[in-house]
Amino acid sequence: MYGRGLRPLAIVTFGVLTGGLALVFFYAPLDADQGLIQKIFYIHVPMAIVALCGFVAGGVMAVVHLSSGDRRWDLRSYVAIHLSLIMGVGVLVTGSIWARAAWGHWWVWQEPTLVSFLVVFLLYATYQPLRFSIEDSHRQARYASVFAIIAGAFVPLNFVAVRLAQSLSHPRVLSSTANLPGEFGVTFLVCLLGMALLFATLWKYELASKHAAEQLRGLRRRLSEVEARSPEPRPAVPAGVGGPVP
Amino acid sequence: MRAASALLRKDLLLELRSRESVPAMALFAVTAFVIFHFGLDRSSLAGSLAAGVLWVTLLLAAVLGLNRLFVAEREQGGLDGFLLAPVDRGALLIAKALALLAFLGVVELVAVPVFALLLLGPSVWAALPELIGILALADVGIAVVGTLVSALAVQTAARDLIGPLISLPLMIPLLIAAARATTPLLLAGGAAPVPLSWMAILGLYDAVFALLAYAVFDFLVED
Amino acid sequence: MPALSVDQAGPYVAGAYLAFLGLILVYVAIMAGRLSRIERELDDLAALAERAGAERGDEEAPR
Repeated sequence: MYGRGLRPLAIVTFGVLTGGLALVFFYAPLDADQGLIQKIFYIHVPMAIVALCGFVAGGVMAVVHLSSGDRRWDLRSYVAIHLSLIMGVGVLVTGSIWARAAWGHWWVWQEPTLVSFLVVFLLYATYQPLRFSIEDSHRQARYASVFAIIAGAFVPLNFVAVRLAQSLSHPRVLSSTANLPGEFGVTFLVCLLGMALLFATLWKYELASKHAAEQLRGLRRRLSEVEARSPEPRPAVPAGVGGPVP
Repeated sequence: MRAASALLRKDLLLELRSRESVPAMALFAVTAFVIFHFGLDRSSLAGSLAAGVLWVTLLLAAVLGLNRLFVAEREQGGLDGFLLAPVDRGALLIAKALALLAFLGVVELVAVPVFALLLLGPSVWAALPELIGILALADVGIAVVGTLVSALAVQTAARDLIGPLISLPLMIPLLIAAARATTPLLLAGGAAPVPLSWMAILGLYDAVFALLAYAVFDFLVED
Repeated sequence: MPALSVDQAGPYVAGAYLAFLGLILVYVAIMAGRLSRIERELDDLAALAERAGAERGDEEAPR
């Protein structure tokens, strides 16, 4: 179910990401203020945007799960949040490298986007411990969805609050992505698209894997029930009958 | 509403008789002030530092107390009884949040004067009405989020740890707004007017989380 | 801070892009581990199905 269309998606993702990379280094001009360091911006910011959207999407999927009762949406929500968290690590690492290169410190509090991201990351880092400390699987899914909804609503609120807190004391240094001139803008958009496609590809990929594992478990359970109900085991079947599943 | 007030009365009476949470929270706040004195090596705080110390302490005390909010329900089966009653589930949320709000109020009744005594440089009398207003607004937010997280955490195995871990990031916008709003009141040169924008943010935070909590609470208590 | 020259800035930019790449590769490696576990379980299940099929006196276990 999830594997369908995965290969074309992956190919498109690869194409767009490679194209974006080429644009970054061969097309986009060098920034006047920050020089070569500004190139980090092309992976840092798209990752941040996609990760944040991923968190919110996880919340939306959780709403669908709770309102429909369909457990598949819980799985989708879990994978979205899980992937966003991993991307979040990337955001923090690249953001830190950028801070070090641009301001000399491995962490700066002046950058409101980076700071709010840290807060959001800290919150979502509790998602998996919360999930896996609840034994009953139905309750686990329900509580995880509640968390995803609360946290998803929290993301925009947090960004507004941190931005307001910082704007009064420090001017924003991160270039406003809304009004990027010509070549910068095009490159950025391609990288953003590539990152979004990467997220979608990995999401489908992980869903397919988890879904398969889940079905395997169910199958194994059913088969051992069948075995348990059957009479005494007969002698071994001669070779040639049946075979390994391809 | 009658159900909510009945539940609230029960919780308040329970706390009054057993005195489990509130004295511990208040004592924690006072101890924290002492720790801050030694940690910061300061005898007198003013302005943003004072606001910060006060609010961080109150937040940590609250997070300490919220762990115990639903424990009684879970361990003594009160929750099953509640679920059997033909009552709107939201009543439990309202009751618990109001209970936590009351506890916080009592804790602050002790903590704020002690803070003024131990650590605060400038006098707080002139700005008291505004301070109480900020405390009230922020307490509503803490109570709502605290109740929500407590309901979430009570079913987990490691509830004592996970409660604070989830609540603290969620309460950061509240902390920012409350501390920024309180700072002008505690300035060394005399209290300045409170910027209304921060109060508005506190109000927005309270409203958003109250609505969210009400929408989502049913899923936390059904079985 | 004035912009770093291209030689000074190079390592940082490279580091950032490599971190991104590294993250993806680590993820793929973990997923590969999961996939091989799925394959192993499938093999086990096939064996189980074979036994169950044989015990009930069925003809060929389904492929």
